[in-house]
Amino acid sequence: MYDIKALYEATSVDHAVQLLLEHPQALIIAGGSDVLIKIREGSLAKVELVSIYKLDALRGITKEADGTIRIGSLTSFSHIHADPYIQKHIDVLGDAVNMVGGPQIRAIGTIGGNTCNGVTSADSASTLFAYDAEIEITGPEGVRICPISKFYLGVGKVDLRPGELQTAILIRKESYTGYKGHYIKYGMRNAMEIATTGCSVNVKLSQDKKTLKDIRIAYGVAAPIPIRALKTEEAIRGRKLSAEVREEIGRLVLEDVTPRNSWRASRDLRLQLCSTLAMRAFEEAVKKAGGEIDG
Amino acid sequence: MAEELRQYKQVTCTINGKKRTTMVDVRASLTDMLRNDYRLTSVKKGCEVGECGACTVLIDGEAFDSCIYLAVWADGKEIITLEGLEGPNGELSDIQQAFIDETAIQCGFCSPGFILTAKEILDSGVLYTDDELRKLLSGHLCRCTGYENIFQAVKKTMYKRLGKKLPT
Amino acid sequence: MIVGKSIPRIDARDKATGRTMYTDDLCDRRALIAKIKHSTVAHAYVKSVDISEAEKIPGVVKIVTCFDVPDFKFPTAGHPWSTDPHHQDVCDRVLLTKHVLYYGDDVAAVVAEDEISAADAVRAIKVEYEELPFVLDVQEAMKDGAPQLHEAYPNNILNHTSYRSGNYEEAIKDPGLIKVEGWYDTPTVQHCHIENFVCFASRENEKLVVVTSTQIPHIVRRVVGQALGIPWGRVRVIKPYVGGGFGNKQDVLYEPLCAFLSESVGGRLVKLECTREETFCNNRVRHAIRSHITTYCRKDGTLVARKLECFSNQGAYASHGHAIVAKGMGAFHQLYPCPNVESDSWTVFTNRQVGGAMRSYGMAQAIFAVESHSDDICRAIGMDPMEFRRKNLMPKGYVDPFSKNEQYYDTFNQCFDKGAAYIGYNEKYKAYQNQSGPVRRGIGFAPLWYNTAVWPIALETAACRMILNQDGSVQMQVGDTEIGQGADTAFSQMAAETIGLPFDKIHILSCQDTDVTPFGTGAYASRQTYVTGMAVRDCAERLKDKILKTAYRYTRMQPYLMDIQDGNIVRVTDGRVLMSVGDLAMSALYDLDNSIHITAETTTQTKSNAYSFGCCFAEVEVDIPLCRVRLLNIINVHDCGRLINPALAAAQVEGGMSMGIGYALSEKMIYDQKTGRLLNGNLLDYKLSTFMDHPHLEAQFVENYEPTSAYGTKALGEPPVVPVAPAIRAAILQATGVPMYELPMDPHQLFRRFKEEHLI
Repeated sequence: MYDIKALYEATSVDHAVQLLLEHPQALIIAGGSDVLIKIREGSLAKVELVSIYKLDALRGITKEADGTIRIGSLTSFSHIHADPYIQKHIDVLGDAVNMVGGPQIRAIGTIGGNTCNGVTSADSASTLFAYDAEIEITGPEGVRICPISKFYLGVGKVDLRPGELQTAILIRKESYTGYKGHYIKYGMRNAMEIATTGCSVNVKLSQDKKTLKDIRIAYGVAAPIPIRALKTEEAIRGRKLSAEVREEIGRLVLEDVTPRNSWRASRDLRLQLCSTLAMRAFEEAVKKAGGEIDG
Repeated sequence: MAEELRQYKQVTCTINGKKRTTMVDVRASLTDMLRNDYRLTSVKKGCEVGECGACTVLIDGEAFDSCIYLAVWADGKEIITLEGLEGPNGELSDIQQAFIDETAIQCGFCSPGFILTAKEILDSGVLYTDDELRKLLSGHLCRCTGYENIFQAVKKTMYKRLGKKLPT
Repeated sequence: MIVGKSIPRIDARDKATGRTMYTDDLCDRRALIAKIKHSTVAHAYVKSVDISEAEKIPGVVKIVTCFDVPDFKFPTAGHPWSTDPHHQDVCDRVLLTKHVLYYGDDVAAVVAEDEISAADAVRAIKVEYEELPFVLDVQEAMKDGAPQLHEAYPNNILNHTSYRSGNYEEAIKDPGLIKVEGWYDTPTVQHCHIENFVCFASRENEKLVVVTSTQIPHIVRRVVGQALGIPWGRVRVIKPYVGGGFGNKQDVLYEPLCAFLSESVGGRLVKLECTREETFCNNRVRHAIRSHITTYCRKDGTLVARKLECFSNQGAYASHGHAIVAKGMGAFHQLYPCPNVESDSWTVFTNRQVGGAMRSYGMAQAIFAVESHSDDICRAIGMDPMEFRRKNLMPKGYVDPFSKNEQYYDTFNQCFDKGAAYIGYNEKYKAYQNQSGPVRRGIGFAPLWYNTAVWPIALETAACRMILNQDGSVQMQVGDTEIGQGADTAFSQMAAETIGLPFDKIHILSCQDTDVTPFGTGAYASRQTYVTGMAVRDCAERLKDKILKTAYRYTRMQPYLMDIQDGNIVRVTDGRVLMSVGDLAMSALYDLDNSIHITAETTTQTKSNAYSFGCCFAEVEVDIPLCRVRLLNIINVHDCGRLINPALAAAQVEGGMSMGIGYALSEKMIYDQKTGRLLNGNLLDYKLSTFMDHPHLEAQFVENYEPTSAYGTKALGEPPVVPVAPAIRAAILQATGVPMYELPMDPHQLFRRFKEEHLI
């Protein structure tokens, strides 16, 4: 039994917006795998909830005319993982969400919930950063689009204004075409785990597979919110593939990341991981893209 | 909470093949509804936060932790608990029999959830690798078995159903 | 032969269909709900408890605080009681405490109509504390000036015991000796049975009835009586099926409080269910033990003098107390006989979770220290670890003068040979020498040693009752408990074998009710197949004797000319079936001249004990830059005597190995040093192994018949957990050259050690 003061069930996106405006104190509940746990802890006791769980219009993955892949915000991790568009174009995201918790959590957990709770450890977030994903937000004023890097405002805080809810995640054609990637989740065990650190790297290689035309390196739990290693990307972009480049990535990322000490892991261990994971994810991404790193 | 503030909602769903309707407190989890309203006590409580998998049920064929699923969401869904696997004359399904034959049961507290997840896996008709099977079963914690015999039970049943010979 | 067969568990079908009723499944939904107000400080006196706001919450029925409970001090350990006050468990508990001794201690309790009102009321209770300094570390707690937990125990030392043989101080003067010294630390871990602790209580006529998820119903009855100050006979305890215990439920947990709360609302039905977080914080844990070992030996591995000091972190209350570390200390001089030994162990109170019994009862801690040290000796003197063990381990013919236990076989060599052959130890040990590169492999092993049951430290007794039914089947009742391990199936096999009935003619009562079942102290110390087995054997033989004596009336054959085979009374001289046991039972019961209901009941005291042995081999891959270990292969080999049910025995071993893997690689309770609060008391943050953290678990056996045992069997329930961590440690050591001194060997630990040793 959850200590819920009131539950308002939305029957459409517009209805959800209306309910959120009518009940400004209310929180959105999507799959509930975060919200219900907080209620049980007591930190959200007597909460009012707007449930959007039954809005099937927000479920599913489509490819739009311009090639944009649109992931409805309520699409569960297990459905994202199994989706043919995802497997074909951004399999890294499918792999990443397949590492969330365990199968039952992946059945209830939604990508919208995963990004809206604003935590740095979200398994989907780093890969979405690595793909320059955009967030579709619906509110009283209609729909607006926000790049994911702007969507995260701080720990547990995302850019959702009164009456707004996230309705989709968009990945543009130019963000995925020609890119291959790899995500490594590092945890203390192999399932039912929250990431100690996660690193998602994608690369675009030249025609001859020798040069790095583009690289995107993103992290979870390397900073208070998910981040891109922009300085490293800048320094590496356009370089010829080599073992030195890989080692350089391992060194440079330490300038981009700012992990903290917590009882879950020390800053020093996380730095060690940030460096090693970037090199290994890079190597795998290059391999998937058909390139080779000597040594 | 004072009585007048309470919210109830009518929930109609199919439980183990039968259409059932009841008034549900909106604060109830699906675990609460199944255990308290329908006395389906195979649905176990082990952590109530979706970590242990003891409360797993199938909703429209997919395994969910019923502890972190609001009962009101079950409206219109088809739910299967372990009680629903037994035939009308007490016949056991192949996977239940395999759990017995493979000594996959000890204290039995995690068994209902495991058997339901196994059902979803087996009903998919896919031949999974060992690693894939382990991953598909990883949403359940067990402290008695070390998972070894549970793995054997699911794997052997999978091969049997698909008419394939178990690799040695 | 029924003993020795892999018969499916008698409760398997019900468990596979979800019909089995555990404690909460049996509780009437109208029960009042009890919830506990836990302290938010680690050490304090409670100055006041304000319940005025909480009382106003609708649905609240009763609030009881630490100022309202009786002052009966009671113990909680699941030990047999002793009539000698010096051997009784420490009575340091009251139902709710005014002197808070750990973060989460029980200060008040609410009884309400539903769980939300109860939780609301708990939040609304305001407690005012006079805070005191607290201490978490075991050696810090022993220092002069450290915060004191219990007045009667200066320097927080609950107990200190020693063992001496030879003359250590003299022996180490020999200048040719090599000294090896090490500190070995084990963490606080929790049992994590999937069914949390739950109980409910109500009054039925003048009796207090408590239904509880416990391993020890008869002990719970005694302690509820002690805690409430009522005659023990007024308490009735019922134990339904249990969803795992592993020692946590070998303690009296919240049964006394629940019974008291029921009494305080006029005997109405009250349920008290621990959340998972409470199971971690407010039940029992495995003692963290720090061991310091010093060995003086010769270049050839001959042990000359050894010294052990153990510091056992008891936490806030005595519970099982010093018995844990004492059992581990006993292993030191028995496992590796050495002419000069000094050992000392201290059990010390700290402001942490309460240490109780947990699978292996101190032996997992002790063997990690002792075997890690064996590998450190080998490293220091350049000796092969297998050779060192074969040379020094307790040899065949060894007798312990205290327990009279004897090593009857060459069991260690047999176990090592079997394990090494399965895993390919010799080849791999050679192949994995001198590796370089970031990812390396290693292989290691460790032996295990265990004592079955608790004699001669404490009483060992078991009782059994058998009743012959009209159809020739037997009702059997024992006081000892099925908690998932398969005890009832094993007892049934034993009874069938001894009486001479088919297995399905034995009907054991799987759930204990202290008003019905005979006395038994319960499931612990891996004792039941050994100790309860003796009672089952004795009772079965008496029943058989009565059957045959009664059969004389109807067959006119002398009892010694008859036997029972497969449910029939058979003349042994020619094998002729004279009548079935069913016909005999009918004839005897309904006999108009001399009706007899054939029953037998025995109480059997056990004054022997048996060593149980085995080993673990583990192969790992260590990813040095990622500071993580992948377990590739693992096998446990056990000599637990004759196997009653090989399939169930293997299942026990696999479960124990899994617990050992978690102990080795991931499990640990973490404390906030600033507040003393447990930080990771839930199943997400506490890293229990999942399905994806294990390779195949291989269990094999060496079946050396135990000569002192009713059925040739001895301890198996707990031993499998024991050798796993040191075997994995040895494998990591071989792979990396880095010895680990602290469990778990998780990425945090590996990172620290690899940094220190400049591997990263």
